[in-house]
Amino acid sequence: MSDSPPQQIGVVTESTAGETRVAATPDSVRRLLGLGYEVVVESEAGAASGFPDEAYTEAGARIGDAWQADVVLKVNAPSHEEIGKLREGATLIGLIAPAHSPELVEELTARPITVLALDAVPRISRAQSMDVLSSMANIAGYRAVIEAAHVFGRFFTGQVTAAGKVPPAKVLVAGAGVAGLAAIGAAGSLGAVVRATDPRAEVADQVRSLGGEFLAVEVVQEASADGYAKATSEEYDRRAAEIYSEQAADVDIIITTALIPGRPAPRLITAADVASMRPGSVIVDMAAAQGGNVEGTVSGKAIVTDNDVTIIGYTDLAGRLPAQASQLYGTNLVNLLKLLTPGKDGRLTLDFDDVVQRAVTVVRDGEKTWPPPPVQVTAAPAGQTPAPAATAPAPKEPRLTPAVRYGLVGLCMITMFLVVAFSPAQLIGNFTVFALAVVIGYYVIGKVHHALHTPLMSVTNAISGIVVVGALLQIGHAGPAVTVMSVVAIMLTTVNIFGGFAVTRRMLGMFSKG
Amino acid sequence: MNATTAAQAADIVAALLFIFSLAGLSQHRTSRAGVAYGIGGMALALVATVVAAAQDIPGSTVVLIAAATAVGGAVGLWRARRVEMTQMPELIAVLHSLVGLAAVLVGWNSYYEVEAHGAAQTRVAPDLLGIHHAEVFIGIFIGAVTFTGSIVAFLKLSARIKSRPLTLPGKNALNLGALVAFVALTVWFTVSPDLGLMIAVTVLALALGWHLVVSIGGGDMPVVVSMLNSYSGWAAAAAGFLLNNNLLIVTGALVGSSGAYLSYVMCRAMNRSFLSVIAGGFGAPAPSSGDVEQGEHRETSADETAELLENATSVIITPGYGMAVAQAQHPVAELTQALRRRGVQVRFGVHPVAGRLPGHMNVLLAEARVPYDVVLEMDEINDDFGDTTVVLVIGANDTVNPAAEEDPTSPIAGMPVLRVWEAENVVVFKRSMSSGYAGVQNPLFFRENSRMLFGDAKESVDAILRSLSTPEPGSAASRGLRTDQQPAPA
Repeated sequence: MSDSPPQQIGVVTESTAGETRVAATPDSVRRLLGLGYEVVVESEAGAASGFPDEAYTEAGARIGDAWQADVVLKVNAPSHEEIGKLREGATLIGLIAPAHSPELVEELTARPITVLALDAVPRISRAQSMDVLSSMANIAGYRAVIEAAHVFGRFFTGQVTAAGKVPPAKVLVAGAGVAGLAAIGAAGSLGAVVRATDPRAEVADQVRSLGGEFLAVEVVQEASADGYAKATSEEYDRRAAEIYSEQAADVDIIITTALIPGRPAPRLITAADVASMRPGSVIVDMAAAQGGNVEGTVSGKAIVTDNDVTIIGYTDLAGRLPAQASQLYGTNLVNLLKLLTPGKDGRLTLDFDDVVQRAVTVVRDGEKTWPPPPVQVTAAPAGQTPAPAATAPAPKEPRLTPAVRYGLVGLCMITMFLVVAFSPAQLIGNFTVFALAVVIGYYVIGKVHHALHTPLMSVTNAISGIVVVGALLQIGHAGPAVTVMSVVAIMLTTVNIFGGFAVTRRMLGMFSKG
Repeated sequence: MNATTAAQAADIVAALLFIFSLAGLSQHRTSRAGVAYGIGGMALALVATVVAAAQDIPGSTVVLIAAATAVGGAVGLWRARRVEMTQMPELIAVLHSLVGLAAVLVGWNSYYEVEAHGAAQTRVAPDLLGIHHAEVFIGIFIGAVTFTGSIVAFLKLSARIKSRPLTLPGKNALNLGALVAFVALTVWFTVSPDLGLMIAVTVLALALGWHLVVSIGGGDMPVVVSMLNSYSGWAAAAAGFLLNNNLLIVTGALVGSSGAYLSYVMCRAMNRSFLSVIAGGFGAPAPSSGDVEQGEHRETSADETAELLENATSVIITPGYGMAVAQAQHPVAELTQALRRRGVQVRFGVHPVAGRLPGHMNVLLAEARVPYDVVLEMDEINDDFGDTTVVLVIGANDTVNPAAEEDPTSPIAGMPVLRVWEAENVVVFKRSMSSGYAGVQNPLFFRENSRMLFGDAKESVDAILRSLSTPEPGSAASRGLRTDQQPAPA
């Protein structure tokens, strides 16, 4: 297998009208080459994203007939003619939306090819780097704010100028998924006051971390088990509708991002809400392609209502930042191919034991493999698993109970009392000094800053050299053996005294303030 | 005033100066004054003792004292100048052993002065004789345990012997048995003092000290070294009881309680009791959660990390002993400087048990010229991780393990840790995916916001520095930076 020549990857020009993206950028081509593949790019494939053919050739690709390659990279689902252009045994990777387009899946099955849907990557942590829906939603969320700002006739940020005070724009973001969070971040950076709603209470922290205010809908709601938002309960919907009505009358810009997989987009903003908005306000309905969250949205168009509110229903928001979108899409593809090319030998291999590879495969060698078995994902909060904190076993080292502690202290005190009471006078004096010094030592040391613990140890080393006093008192008193041992002890302890102080001074000299 | 009261007055003043000395060390600002007080106290005590002693010993002995002091002082100063800061734990351990040995010698001297003369001795009042016998034994015992314990700690710290804990069968029983034997010997000696018992207790204590430390693992050495620090103090205090000298008792008690406090801080930082450290380290591999599927980790490169750092507003570096092993503190300091110059807030979060000595990391960073006011301890910085763009974990593992807080079955559950995982991004510098000292797998590595940067920490940081210093076109700041990033002279 490893002797066979590397496979070719073809990057084709998108045929869908208005599509500006391309499946590989010169940068991602370089990384594909690094995986051992040869890369063929169709002429003018990257033109709409601002990547000329020369940039691809410079990166190491060849300009040619990309449809004849072993692996064809695309953005949008292929048309009928395009499916016909694929050679037998080829692998096609792109956005297929197999759940929404069963006819397309049938048509793909008609040919002896393999089809991988990049948009079917499961939402598990290790597949995040290939999650194209997230990367596109991120761009779209950002672009939604830019589109709104473009139409909105005012600043986003509040200012006090010589010409008067400008209040900050108020932005409501409905749905704090990837797109919603990107919109919150972008609107916040422009200086707007940002509020956000989401049925999943667990995203509140993420909203706040981006500087947004989370408007909680105070209704009991199940936590999401698959990482996507679900349809909501009736009571919830009623309370949420009230919030939207209140907010519509107050905010300048609404960005809606609410999508439920496999269903039409939920209606969040009614015509009455739109009518209550101030003239000049802007709504960006990011769910326009799925029917829209806003009553009156026209998919793919921006319209102006009677009360001068602009409703933007563009469905190509990500494609409006073509270079950025192509770059992230290309990187998602490279990451998927990394997974599919474990040997980095330019040979694509599919491993159905891997949940990610299984999930993206719609057709394998002309055989339909859609839908894949369900994948358990990691987006659910830890509380879903049988509450570990509540059933926690007791710590391994049980703390002393108060009774035992008082008992021990009492025992020590009694022992101390007895020892001292039966001691001769001289020893009592010694004990007094000793006990007080221990207490003083403990409190003095307790105040020492952690950073100075090493110098503290070297100083205590130096002063424990005070044992030298013992040797000094003994030397010359009881014969040569004592004198010799005393001299040795003096030598040892003076090493401590001089060494300890000197090294402490050296260390403290190093500490400097910035 | 006579010679005796003068000597006693000097002792009290010296004891006060020692207390001032330790109090001065509580803050950076007053720390140098603290050392000066200590030196003053020591000088006063020595001069007073020598002057008082010189009255009834021949001049030749005074010369001997001066010579011994000169030799010891010279050796001490020489070692203090030459020691590498990474080797501070070894130096401290050696110094402890010297105090221990000196205490043993003082105990033996006292035996020759008093007990060896039998009933003919005149130095100790007959009613205090029994107590003197016991004091000799206690002094020798503590001193000898300190001596061999410190020697073993030194050998382990300097990797001259294996740092793995030695587990003899029934090791706790051995330790306990040695203590019981010591008590029995002391009682026997009090009744009938003789040379054989002296030798027996010395050998017993030397063996106990050796066994006590040899059965503790390398990672627990911060506790062991502070424990030995404490013992060296108690040894001095015991000598004070023996000689009825209050200065020795006060100083010994100060040092003893200081070491005990540091051991307590270390133990608390590991959420372990002192006894469990003594009874043996995390010797056996952790049984639980080690085999659980942790998911996959993500790798990153030095270039990516440099880019991340450049765009960060706030960076916290959490160093561990691995940083010192890789000698990465100097490039880390350079990196800190480079980032601070770019307006990135860089701080350090130091766990109490990072390094091989309490406060060791701080000294290493200070040596590399990291300003001490950006080096914060765990409690000071733990709440700030949430607002941090990037955390660099360099050579630390168990001290940043979220399992300590989140997995009640983990062997390190309940240990206070640096909550690095709350930051936006975490970059872990590591040689491989192996687990830390405690043998516990670290779920941090598999978090979504974690990236692994494999390789030698020093080389990785150097690579980040190179990547940072690649000038962006027209950027004056980056051009200015390059001159500062010459490798520091070794």
